[in-house]
Amino acid sequence: MNLQAVKAIYFFEMARFFRTLLQSFVSPVISTSLYFVVFGTAIGSRIQEVEGITYGAFIVPGLIMLSVMTQATSNGSFGIYFPKFIGTIYELLSAPINYFEIVLGYVGAAATKALFIGLVILGTAAIFVELKIMYPIAMILFLVLTCTSFSLLGFILGIWARNFEQLQLVPLLVVTPLVFLGGSFYSVSMLPPIWQKITLFNPVVYLISGFRWSFFGNADVPILTSLFAISLFTLVCILIVAWIFKTGWRIKQ
Amino acid sequence: MLLKVNELSKTYVSGFEALKGISLQVKRGEILALLGPNGAGKTTLISTICGITKPSSGSVSIDGYDISKNFRDARKLVGLVPQDITLEPFEKVMNTIKFSRGLFGKKKDDALIEKILDKLSLWEKRDSRIMELSGGMKRRVLIAKALSHEPRLLFLDEPTAGVDVELRQSMWNVVADLKKDGVTIILTTHYIEEAEAIADRVGIINKGELLLIEDKASLMNRLGQKVLKIDLQKSLKKLPKELDKKSVKLSDDGMSLTYVYDTKQKRTGITKLLSDLSNSGINLRDIQTDQSSLEEIFVNLVRENVQ
Repeated sequence: MNLQAVKAIYFFEMARFFRTLLQSFVSPVISTSLYFVVFGTAIGSRIQEVEGITYGAFIVPGLIMLSVMTQATSNGSFGIYFPKFIGTIYELLSAPINYFEIVLGYVGAAATKALFIGLVILGTAAIFVELKIMYPIAMILFLVLTCTSFSLLGFILGIWARNFEQLQLVPLLVVTPLVFLGGSFYSVSMLPPIWQKITLFNPVVYLISGFRWSFFGNADVPILTSLFAISLFTLVCILIVAWIFKTGWRIKQ
Repeated sequence: MLLKVNELSKTYVSGFEALKGISLQVKRGEILALLGPNGAGKTTLISTICGITKPSSGSVSIDGYDISKNFRDARKLVGLVPQDITLEPFEKVMNTIKFSRGLFGKKKDDALIEKILDKLSLWEKRDSRIMELSGGMKRRVLIAKALSHEPRLLFLDEPTAGVDVELRQSMWNVVADLKKDGVTIILTTHYIEEAEAIADRVGIINKGELLLIEDKASLMNRLGQKVLKIDLQKSLKKLPKELDKKSVKLSDDGMSLTYVYDTKQKRTGITKLLSDLSNSGINLRDIQTDQSSLEEIFVNLVRENVQ
């Protein structure tokens, strides 16, 4: 194992993040605050409670998931797309490192950034609403798994994308709508019966439900189903990455 | 032998055959120049040896390590300076060089990096962002990156393309220093004078085939044509009959003759030419000979190959 190389990639990527620390830090704080002003105060004051929880507190897990998923996807995709785009990928391909180490470095860094942003949002939310986390270990586990799996998804997109437009396509057209429709701001039980069934086809529902369970102890779908869903998603991403490197798809001709 | 390339072929998905069974061996500490026109397969050859491109068939070993079975051991020995300037514009010089060292599994060594940057006149620029550097400096950053992990085999893919004369000279000095340190160097170039100036051996590639690989001096000796130039005392209107052959040419002003001969021939024909001149009553003012350059050899070879 070339640990030095993994460290080199990881810290090189993290340095990019720290260079723009202010942006990385300020933008989630501001957007979270805006969500609280709009949903928590303006609209939330009319909703009062969802499943015995104040609406302001109820949306916190969904809000964190929304940012974490989009951030992990875009960080994961940009990290590997950029070297491909400017050509510095030659160095990665000619270095004494294997694919696992490349993924570990890039996905590790992307997941760390997303995790950091998730925690910043959690901290910001705590200013606005009273938060209790019922199962902190489960909460961290869900958060880490989500950061990792979506960074892997991003990594795949980064290798797949041939231009910047494609790079934006999936996060914008697939990830964001799925998260919005995945119960970030509402409980599945609030939907009409037919939509309650349809929404189960949205994989993000399971992730948000599981994450929310770790806060409040109640969920839209059974917690084990959520855990299974996130594990399955992570596994599928790992298998796709393994296939990409085995065949050299869009990396080595 | 440090590098052994055996029957290496590469056919791209498009069907284009970039390499057609290339075999070559490179000794430790030598400088090999690969010459060839654009699209000859020079970069593909280098990319395949370095692991960037997958070979279709054939094998490569570096210091006995197979590039696919023992890719870690093999790649640790290799540094690559690519043809295109590929650097992260927003990154600082120092960081990008340290990154390269780490990528190759080497522990931090600030003293060594300082030495490399110093040698390449980049030390002053260590905290500058890449985008603030001139083209020549960027190229030197690429070299510094490749040297940062102390390679034993260094590939320089067109290191002086688009570089001014002064920088080219300094690049050649760097190469000479590396050779002194025992680094084996393979460089590709368009500039024949570059191969002539720094290489020990020269390989010529065209259309994915290695046309020849030979010691530079012996190559020039073997294939070299010499030109004998004879200045005359009086202008000649026409060549005398006995001198009127393909290899002898009269200049436009009639004041000189040129005779092209092959040094590898037993009889160069010089004695005969001089006696013919004397018999025709032509008086000479001066005689000089010119060795043909590697460039002429190269152009002749590639032209033959095309035909």
